[in-house]
Parts: sequence; C-alpha cells; structure tokens
Amino acid sequence: MSILVIAEHDNAQLKGATLNVLAAAAKLGGDVHVLVAGANAQAVAQQAAQAVGVAKVLVADAPALENALAENLAAQVLALASGYSHILFASTASGKNVAPRVAAKLDVAQISDIIAVDSADTFQRPIYAGNAIATVQSADPVKVITVRTTGFDAVAAEGGQAAIENVDAVADTGLSAFVSREVAKSDRPELAGAPIVVSGGRGLGSAENFKVVEALADKLGAAVGASRAAVDAGYAPNDWQVGQTGKIVAPQLYVAVGISGAIQHLAGMKDSKVIVAINKDPEAPIFGVADYGLVADLFQATPELTKAL
Amino acid sequence: MKVLVPVKRVVDYNVKVRVKSDQSDVDIANVKMSMNPFDEIAVEEATRLREQSVATEVVAVSCGVAQSQETLRTAMAIGADRAVLVQTDAQLQPLAVAKLLKAVVDKEQPQLVILGKQAIDDDANQTGQMLAALLDWPQATFASKVEVTGDRVKVIREVDGGLETLDLKLPAIITTDLRLNEPRYVTLPNIMKAKKKPLETLTPEELGVDVAPRLKTLKVAEPPARAAGVVVPDVAALVDKLKNEAKVI
Repeated sequence: MSILVIAEHDNAQLKGATLNVLAAAAKLGGDVHVLVAGANAQAVAQQAAQAVGVAKVLVADAPALENALAENLAAQVLALASGYSHILFASTASGKNVAPRVAAKLDVAQISDIIAVDSADTFQRPIYAGNAIATVQSADPVKVITVRTTGFDAVAAEGGQAAIENVDAVADTGLSAFVSREVAKSDRPELAGAPIVVSGGRGLGSAENFKVVEALADKLGAAVGASRAAVDAGYAPNDWQVGQTGKIVAPQLYVAVGISGAIQHLAGMKDSKVIVAINKDPEAPIFGVADYGLVADLFQATPELTKAL
Repeated sequence: MKVLVPVKRVVDYNVKVRVKSDQSDVDIANVKMSMNPFDEIAVEEATRLREQSVATEVVAVSCGVAQSQETLRTAMAIGADRAVLVQTDAQLQPLAVAKLLKAVVDKEQPQLVILGKQAIDDDANQTGQMLAALLDWPQATFASKVEVTGDRVKVIREVDGGLETLDLKLPAIITTDLRLNEPRYVTLPNIMKAKKKPLETLTPEELGVDVAPRLKTLKVAEPPARAAGVVVPDVAALVDKLKNEAKVI
C-alpha cells in the first residue's frame, strides 16, 4: 500500500498543513510519497524530504504548475496516480479545489475533511457544521481524501531523509490562467496553526474598534480571527473568518470577544482546548461552549485583560 | 449565453440537527428545509448576469426527492427562467450528482454553470469541481467576483491568506463563496409568477446515470460534548484561571 500526499507550498516554503496531512498518512500505514508540484520549488522538496515519515519526494517542476491551478495540478496528480491506494490533500482552499477534480477523473468518491482514521478504508468526518460526526467506509480502489489539519498533530519537520526524484511535469491544459494574487499582510501567526486565537464579532461595532481585539492578540502573540458578522460588516478581512465557511481552528486557547456563537461559528472553533468568551449578553450561545465566560462590556474588559497580562 | 444553476434542498441553516438514537443518521423528519445558502448566492449571481444581458436564460436544476420542486420554485422566484428536477429517492453523493449534472449539461449546453461552494448538510465541497472534471471544463471555486467578457470569465477567488484572480475560457464552472453577493428577498408577486414557470422532471435512469452511493455511512454520532464551563466575576479572576487552572498563558 502506498500513499501520495500532495504538498502545499508557495514554491519557497512548505506549508505547515502538509505536516498534519503526513500525520494522517502515517495512521494509514504504508509507504508515504510526497508530490511537490510547482515552479523552481527545489527548496520545498528539500523541506519535504526532511519531514518525518516520508519515504520519497516526487518533484514536478514547470511554469504551468507555479500557481497550483486546479486543471494543471489535478492533471499532474493523475499522471502519477496509478499504484497509489490513497491520495491525500490538506483540507485548505487549495486542497479542496483540486482533490474532487482528481477523484472524479478516477471515478471514485472523495472523502472530505477527515478528522480521524479508523482503518485504511474507514474515516470520520464532521457533517452539518460539526453537529454530527459520520463514520464512512469507502469501497473505491483509490481513496482520495482531504484532511482537516486540526484533526491531526503535525509530524516533525526535521529528522527524515527521503530521496528526491524528479518526475515529468504535465503540459499546461490552457483552460485557465492565473492573473494575480492579493495577499493580506500580517506579522501575526497564521490563523489555522496558531496556538492562541483571539476573535472579534459584531459586538465590536466598527473596524476601528477591532483594534482592542488586535491589541489583546498581540499581547498574547495570538492570531486574530473574526465571526462572519464582523467580516460581512467590513470590520475584518475575509481570511480572518472562523467557522463552517471560513477557517477551522483548534488552538490551545480561543478568546471570543463580542461573538454570540452561532452554529456556523462554533463549527470552526469548538475543538479548541480552552475557550474564553467575553460578551455582555449572559444568554449568548457562546457561553454554552466556553470554559471561562466573562459577562461584561468588551470595551472595558478587553483592554483591562490586555493590561493584566 | 445560457447559465445553469444547480440548487440543493437542505436542512435550514438555523436548525440545530440531532443525531438519531440508533446512530444511523441525523434526524431530519419534520425539520424546516430550505435552499442551501450558497446556492441562493449562485441563483442571485445568475439572475444578475441575466439582468445585465450577459445571460439570455437561467435554468435551475436540482437532484433529489419530489419536494425539491419547492427549492426550484424558490430559484425561479429569485429569477431563474425555468427548472429541471432530476427526481430520485436515492441517497445522492457528490459524485452521483456531478454525473447527473453532466448529463443535464450535455442536454442543455450552457456556457456557464454556477454552483454553491458547499452544501451545509454534507459539507463536502466537491460537486462543482467534480462536474468541471467530468466535463473537462475550467473551474473557479470560492468566487467572490465574476466578470464575463466575450468568451472568457474573470473570477476573483477567496483563498487562504487573501484573494486570487483567474481568467477562464468559457464554458466554465464557478462555485460561489459567501461574499459574491447578497441574495434578494423573493417577493409575493414573484412567487406567484414562479408557479407558472416551466418545471421539467427527469429521472437518473432517463439520463443513464448510476447513482449508487460509493461511501457507506457506518455510523453518525454526536460530537463529544464539552464539559460545562464557569462564569468568572471579573478580569482578574479570568487571568488567574487561565494562568493557574488551564495553564494556557
């Protein structure tokens, strides 16, 4: 049995999510190969080769693979697919974009967002915004899977010594073209992998007021998150959104400031180790999942908390 | 240009579902059903393209039980011109739906298919991508802006860490993210008008598609419950708990 893990990277740096996927791959048992498809991504291949548990790194290098376009990346994966029993992607924007395309071409079902591996063909995944956990069994010859990164502890990034092998890159399908990318700049840790996350909601009232959340986050060295209400109101950028339709996080500490706690938001953070809620409404559903709740005006309590730390 | 919009009937997003006691599935008997929120955004986007005269016809399609007709009527009340229901009582998984949709696409020959990025029941986020693969069409998932010019479409996508712009050759597949638009409220006159719009019914057999599920659900369980928390009186008590009890800071 061999497993192909699709590396997530920006042609310079291997993304942490790949290490979580490798942990899921390790639970399956079998040889784990990593595909690094990109342009001038040798550095990424080196990093992947050092990750623990990797037997071989395959490098496909071509300009057409630079931006992980779904059409080209899926074609690259398919060109290598034969012989693998499992093909694993991270459940990130990129993985979710490509994995179903690969599965459909192989005529197999794709298994989304697994949080546990029961056996080589049986997996657990959340459904209905995390309100139920389904255990599913696949009878397909190849299992195409996306892995929820918060469900698996990352493998060590160093200590491995895998061989690196170049493979033929596929030709550009020409169906789509990359135009541009607008990256939100941040000096804070990445939301999905941060050990502490401080999130703000509609209760903040304005983008200006979001600064009290950011100040607390900076004091804690935390990433900043937001509820959908805060994002829709323009208080925070899209990629800060935590929830069913945004990012799924499971930090050591999650501080929810001015967030009521709708089902869709809880879906993105209720696996956090410790949850703190600051809200002036004692009836807010967020208190139902919070380990520590503080019923208070966030504009007084949050700066006070920042100062007390 | 014809635009096809697949829509799904799902448990209303405000309903907190319960797992059945025999752990066979979630209990959705007598629960309010609605159009999947992402699909509403897809219908809205198609309707706006029609209003800008970019699209000449908007066709809504749904796969599922007979009651999915209501979802299609909603789509027509928002602005779809007509609807197609692929009726079946079978449990449909994304691959089967993608195959059914491919058959409908072969029949209808749209230039653009706009789907929601995921359904809020199975949370799969697969159907649009699978349909694109089966048709060998380009895809732009998680769209927050769509601009059609001639035989190309420019799409801004929401990706981790920011936004990305792609340029696709039509025909193409687009899946919607939340910020693409704000779906309009359906008005009573439009609901009345939607009742008169044509709704065609097909079956998977007529389309020659095998819809047998590939994944077997062995069990559906409640997620582990969190232990009850405490309400602390003030910030000092909170800091003390975090430092000395939870030891997270």
